[in-house]
Amino acid sequence: MTATPVFGDAEQHVLHEILAANRHLEGALLPILHAVQHQFGYVPAEALPVIAKDLNISRAEAHGVMSFYHDFRDHPAGRTTLKICRAEACQAMGADDLVDHARDSLALDWHETTKDGAITLEQVFCLGLCACGPAMMVDGKLVGRADVAKLDAIIAEARS
Amino acid sequence: MKDFIIPWDDRDYGTPASTATEMVSLTIDGFDITVPAGTSIMRAAAEIGISVPKLCATDSVEAFGSCRLCLVEIEGRNGTPASCTTPVAEGLQVKTQTGKLKQLRRGVMELYISDHPLDCLTCSANGDCELQDMAGAVGLRDVRYEAPKDGLMTTHFLPRNNGHANPQYMAVDHSNPYFDYDPSKCIVCSRCVRACEEVQGTFALTIQGRGWDSRVSAGTSDDNFLTSDCVSCGACVQACPTATLVEKSVVEIGTPERSVITTCAYCGVGCSFKAEMRGDELVRMVPHKSGEANRGHSCVKGRFAWGYANHKERILNPMIRDKITDPWREVSWDEALSFTAKRMQGIIDDHGRHAVGVITSSRCTNEETYLVQKLTRAVFQNNNTDTCARVCHSPTGYGLGQTFGTSAGTQNFDSVEHTDVALIIGANPSDAHPVFASRLKKRLRGGAKVIVVDPRRTELVEDAPHIRAAHHLPLRPGTNVAVITAMAHVIVTESLYDEDFIRERCDWDEFQDYAEFVALEQNSPEAIQELCGVDPQELRQAARLYATGGNAAIYYGLGVTEHSQGSTSVIGIANLAMLTGNIGKLGAGVNPLRGQNNVQGSCDMGSFPHELPGYRHVKLDDSRNLFEEAWGVQIDNEPGLRINNMLDAAVEGSFRGLYCQGEDILQSDPDTKHVAAGLAAMDCVIVHDLFLNETANYAHVFLPGSSFLEKDGTFTNAERRINRVRKVMAPKNGYADWEVTQLLANAMGANWNYIHPSQIMDEIAMLTPSFAGVSYDMLEEKGSVQWPCNAAAPEGTPTMHMDGFVRGKGKFIRTEYVATDEKTGPRFPLLLTTGRILSQYNVGAQTRRTENVIWHDQDVLEIHAHDAENRGIRNGDLVRLASRSGETTLRAEITDRVSPGVVYTTFHHPDTQANVITTDYSDWATNCPEYKVTAVQVAPSNGPTQWQQEYAAQAEQSRRILPAAE
Repeated sequence: MTATPVFGDAEQHVLHEILAANRHLEGALLPILHAVQHQFGYVPAEALPVIAKDLNISRAEAHGVMSFYHDFRDHPAGRTTLKICRAEACQAMGADDLVDHARDSLALDWHETTKDGAITLEQVFCLGLCACGPAMMVDGKLVGRADVAKLDAIIAEARS
Repeated sequence: MKDFIIPWDDRDYGTPASTATEMVSLTIDGFDITVPAGTSIMRAAAEIGISVPKLCATDSVEAFGSCRLCLVEIEGRNGTPASCTTPVAEGLQVKTQTGKLKQLRRGVMELYISDHPLDCLTCSANGDCELQDMAGAVGLRDVRYEAPKDGLMTTHFLPRNNGHANPQYMAVDHSNPYFDYDPSKCIVCSRCVRACEEVQGTFALTIQGRGWDSRVSAGTSDDNFLTSDCVSCGACVQACPTATLVEKSVVEIGTPERSVITTCAYCGVGCSFKAEMRGDELVRMVPHKSGEANRGHSCVKGRFAWGYANHKERILNPMIRDKITDPWREVSWDEALSFTAKRMQGIIDDHGRHAVGVITSSRCTNEETYLVQKLTRAVFQNNNTDTCARVCHSPTGYGLGQTFGTSAGTQNFDSVEHTDVALIIGANPSDAHPVFASRLKKRLRGGAKVIVVDPRRTELVEDAPHIRAAHHLPLRPGTNVAVITAMAHVIVTESLYDEDFIRERCDWDEFQDYAEFVALEQNSPEAIQELCGVDPQELRQAARLYATGGNAAIYYGLGVTEHSQGSTSVIGIANLAMLTGNIGKLGAGVNPLRGQNNVQGSCDMGSFPHELPGYRHVKLDDSRNLFEEAWGVQIDNEPGLRINNMLDAAVEGSFRGLYCQGEDILQSDPDTKHVAAGLAAMDCVIVHDLFLNETANYAHVFLPGSSFLEKDGTFTNAERRINRVRKVMAPKNGYADWEVTQLLANAMGANWNYIHPSQIMDEIAMLTPSFAGVSYDMLEEKGSVQWPCNAAAPEGTPTMHMDGFVRGKGKFIRTEYVATDEKTGPRFPLLLTTGRILSQYNVGAQTRRTENVIWHDQDVLEIHAHDAENRGIRNGDLVRLASRSGETTLRAEITDRVSPGVVYTTFHHPDTQANVITTDYSDWATNCPEYKVTAVQVAPSNGPTQWQQEYAAQAEQSRRILPAAE
């Protein structure tokens, strides 16, 4: 796991800018969490109470919402994030083999990051690419008809 | 709601009652029933005694529909809807028990139990567990599911699985001092989360994760219960159907076997509780659903902080000493009483009957208070009686008495459910009246607006989740009258007043005079801005909102009364309500939030030196004759001495003997040095209390008191509600307090023969018109009643002044602002104001002797960063706080809750003794001390002040007790 960076004054300043830009929205919590994760790569523990206070909700509520969505991370991810689809269509096309291969070759469980900080492995349940399953997503980019070879290539590139 | 014992109707109906007036008829299991529209099928069934199995539903929170156990079948509808979330409809034919339903429920239960430990016999909720009950109710006989052996998936409750640590297992959270959270027993019904949100309004709990990972979490993942926002109100424990959230006392002692309904002895909300007992041991206090003040809710003090009654420092034997420098000597009751009677009689013989007096307690029962004032009026034959209301709400008595004709709040607490605008002045209900605050916050989340007038940013301003005050007017301490009058200025000059109401209900000429006065330019928000520091636009908008926002209710506290112009502020508040017609109807009114459990009662019972019970002046021959006839004595027709007069007279030498019941005047009254000097000058100070309190350091006689658990009686709360206090155990000291007073009276020659407090209440009812209809039989039947309760209002009076003011026409009185003499200057540039914190109560005599100290183990000084920086003070530094009266040291907390120029502290700890700082300025009408404004200076310090050291040494010396003689 990558060491959690310091959440200092500069980061607080950025957070307040995000809050200022989003707090007027209806249901502003999710857009804010997205913006924070986009900015920092994760949602820092120090940010949650600040967000909660700003939105006049409790920090438990903010935590409840954030932890509901697996996409929100409480620590930084690796340089590359690899998501493998495990929904029914992809399973039918052999996603489980892909999953086993990824977990074994990276020696990672879900939501873990390799020691070198190169790759974070995540599972996802449907990327909307069922016609081209099994599907993966690499740093937001879809990969259709995935197989072990493509997976190895992606891992090798990420580690290079 | 746990289902252990059923005193009266304590059933759980599953979902809250509907308030609709339209009625709907349906058939459930062949029985016809008619209920209000909007009622759930579950509740309708419960009303005819049919219990639909349920886990996630309880009638303190809205239906949730997650457990899928309460399924029913409805003729003509598809599927099996949840009865908790399905409202009734005309003509429905509902079946709660069919073969299909039984099978479904058994399946659901089987899944629940497959992830629940089967350790019922050793579980703390054994016999008091809804999961256990439901397993029985659905006839669960077998659980076919178990965690796979491959270890890929496991239960939540096993610490280890196949030799590996189970990542789903969470250990018990013991962090809260009063209850445990055991996640392994949790069925994730969300009742605790919903209770924290809907009932308490703190939102400290959440469900973290989703699906199989869903767990109850206090705060964020870094928190436990203690570090989270949890205020330990107990609502979650109350709502929990299993042993997941359970009182530590139940874990230690076991489940209770009987319960007695009684009334909390902390603040003026007067919550009803069930004292749940094993033998004569109290196991837990559980808020009583039928309690009309609290409606099943509680706070950390009432629910958990009762351990003081068994604290090792409690004194159980009478003690006497000749001089206050002597150590105490434990003696028998007989010796103590004859010693006391002899001393008091000696003072009367040598110095006259006016040389002695009493102080009644706002923590004791009405009956006890009544006897203490009777002791001075009938036995000592003077009117030297006063009570701690002198130092809190005496201006309320005066102000509301002058304007409306009664010295009491006008509403019941239920009224807040109809409020559209709440104006909170000088009160912090979140800390001092938490159960009322929860009810208010529920209404605010439902759309009502709140205006906060307070020098400090209290929780209601913006700290409470989902609540933001429409306006916060952070006035300078001491300028209440100016701000209230400026609000009236806006209402009058912008013609926002309710002319019809004023013409019909008030004196029109007096109104015109008042209107002319408030309309003066000097009373405009702009003119007073400099003085009180409130933005005039904000003030104008607040006034407009109050006048035009619908039902507007004023709730105020000691931040209004404890000023040199406390009575004027109360009059100003009454004027605002009359101006806008916000009185005599639901959702409106003027409501003083009483500090102690029986302040209202102690005032009602004639504790003031000028008033006989029922607020009748001692000068009135008719009233006096009534009591003279009943008591067979001559009553003095001159008002007696107030507390401060007693102390002044003591220093002069003309007042020499005092019986002080259940009050610690040395710590609670202003200008500690003066109080100490007065007490030290007396020949006989009798302290009647649970503990050797600070006043007892100057006492010659200590009579041990009984706790509220050990006696029968009544308390009257802030809404004038007379609630029964019931004895659940024998007095540990031997006698209830009323018995001790009677023994003392008889030792001094009286011949009182009360054998039960109900006889005292009968005497009160006979002599007091507003209590005429009150008796213990009646309270037994109705639970509680709000005075006036007499022939005109046999059911009591929830809302006062409905058809006319008690005094006739409402009286407008001018409210000229006069600045206090306590002024800041170069030597004392800051203003100190004082208050209370949630976990502690008053002088802390009770709460300091409970686990509540975990939240507040010392008084701290809140100071703004600007003021701190100027003085080189960092957070947590020891600082010296000095005023013209005295100085003390405590730790500083830097915060923006207070404005620059204002500092704040609490007065719960005697080693800080905030009242050594406060001055002896007081209200012009009632002498209520000006606690809320003291000019002070703050400087870094490196240790206790000389006064603190001397005080501690004196206290230690004075508390010595000689070993009992062989």
